[in-house]
Amino acid sequence: MKLFGLRLTSTALVGIFIILACVGGAVFAPWIAPHDPNLPLGGRWGPPSAEHWLGLDQIGRDMLSRILYGGRISIGLALLATVLAFVVGIVTGFAAAVFGGWVDIAFSRIADVVLSIPILMSALIIISGFGTTTTVLVLTIGFLYSVLVFRVARAVAMNIAVLDYVEVARLRGEGLMWVILREILPNALPPLAAEFGLRFCFAFLFIAALSFLGLGVQPPDADWGSMVKESALAIPAGIAAPLYPAAAIALLTIGVNLVVDWLLSIYSRPQGENA
Amino acid sequence: MLKLLGQRLALGFLTLIVVSVLIFAVTEWLPGDIATNILGQQATPENVAAIRAELGLDRPPQERYVEWLLGAVQGDFGQSLANKRPVGDVIGPRLWNTLFLAVYAAVVAVPLSVLLGVLAAIYRNSVYDRAVNIGTLAAISMPEFFIGYILILFLAVQFRWFPAIATFKPEQSFGQHLYSTFLPMLTLVLVVIAHMMRMTRTSVLAVMSSPYIEMALLKGLSKSRIVVRHALPNALAPIINVIALNLAYLIVGVVVVEAVFTYNGLGRLMVDAVSKRDVPVVQACGLIFAVVFIGLNLIADVLSILSNPRLRHPR
Repeated sequence: MKLFGLRLTSTALVGIFIILACVGGAVFAPWIAPHDPNLPLGGRWGPPSAEHWLGLDQIGRDMLSRILYGGRISIGLALLATVLAFVVGIVTGFAAAVFGGWVDIAFSRIADVVLSIPILMSALIIISGFGTTTTVLVLTIGFLYSVLVFRVARAVAMNIAVLDYVEVARLRGEGLMWVILREILPNALPPLAAEFGLRFCFAFLFIAALSFLGLGVQPPDADWGSMVKESALAIPAGIAAPLYPAAAIALLTIGVNLVVDWLLSIYSRPQGENA
Repeated sequence: MLKLLGQRLALGFLTLIVVSVLIFAVTEWLPGDIATNILGQQATPENVAAIRAELGLDRPPQERYVEWLLGAVQGDFGQSLANKRPVGDVIGPRLWNTLFLAVYAAVVAVPLSVLLGVLAAIYRNSVYDRAVNIGTLAAISMPEFFIGYILILFLAVQFRWFPAIATFKPEQSFGQHLYSTFLPMLTLVLVVIAHMMRMTRTSVLAVMSSPYIEMALLKGLSKSRIVVRHALPNALAPIINVIALNLAYLIVGVVVVEAVFTYNGLGRLMVDAVSKRDVPVVQACGLIFAVVFIGLNLIADVLSILSNPRLRHPR
């Protein structure tokens, strides 16, 4: 089977299927969810049944419907943060590679300092200063990951900026924007696409972890991470309720990872081998 | 070599100073009127004035920063806003608990992952290697709390082999300590082992393609002898780096694991402090985590310099 002229491996196919299922479930939640996600329908932690496939949560809401709706917040926020990280990271990374000199030094030193402590610590410190709103959450993660994207984008652009055709474009008298947008960007896209998938995974897991700690998405909204936190008391009673949203997180991450592995294996191989 | 080591030390120290400025700025200066922020709904003029007085907010930030840093170096982090106790007293036992858990996990994870990684390199492309590959990918993809709750559900609730809540009492013996923290340790090990193993395998395989390995092979040496005696010593520098990074990760990964097992460590203290906006505690925890993290990276740098003769005798 082929996609855009590239041979699909069976693992990549599984990955794509998982991603489509998760994103589809989130996008079409209002149409496919069997129940209202915010309406208590029965007792605390009702067991899975034909009516409620994954059972009920701590106040008797339908678990499956809540997972479908929660996916909108989980996936949406992670996507937003990743896109933000890529816009900032690519602009600064390319600027550092093309201008060089003090621009490069300044951005690189900032990146070194930000990455000198764990990203989770930086996020906790920023959230303690600015509060636990969704806007702060997305901006914080977008900023922290933009530093990582900056490093990759800079390295990729550095390699391309010294190639002959870029030199030719410069000698031809093309402006800086042309060189960046028409010469460097198209050739930097494949490695950056794999990086996007990887960063999305981390941002997604990161938001889930923060929500699980009670510092991410706040009630009444619920993403998968905060659903795990809210239903965590079921575990000592031997009820698997919190494992369902946690499994949803793991499933989507595995799906994206499979596709990323496939992308990396294609672009690390010489041209022509993947026909 | 001494010059190189000196440079690394100076750089680490400088980074730490910059990070401490950032921690201070983000928690106390950039957000604007933090006294009102901390109090939220209860921001009556008297309460705001009380918080201002307690944090000394009427003085300029640079003055407060210098005072905070000088205090922190001597172990005085000020007073917690939540319970008025000295932050140092609150943090001390918590830091000990977290270090215990992290060291416990490291002692199990490091030898195990190097061994499994080397085995995967020896039996490359075998069934074992493939199984390891799939297993590590799954482990990397799972959030810590998923692994933790599965372990609790099966090993603590269904079979009752281990306690679900990692209590930590001073009167317990060392063996009881190890037993009561077994599940959080196992969770951490499962999280870090995948990455360490993959890197061990990759770096051993990278060395395996070099000419002197082919020479050893042509001499007729056995495969395990080549890997252990010829490839492993040369793959040591990247492996040391990965181990140090993962130890640093352990220190951070405990934050989520401590929450899963309601373990009284530094991570849980910091999360509580962040949600209560207990600024002095957040600053102290942030600074301690930064010191440990930067310190471990520094040690990794130094060890990889020492393990590599080319860096030990720079021309």
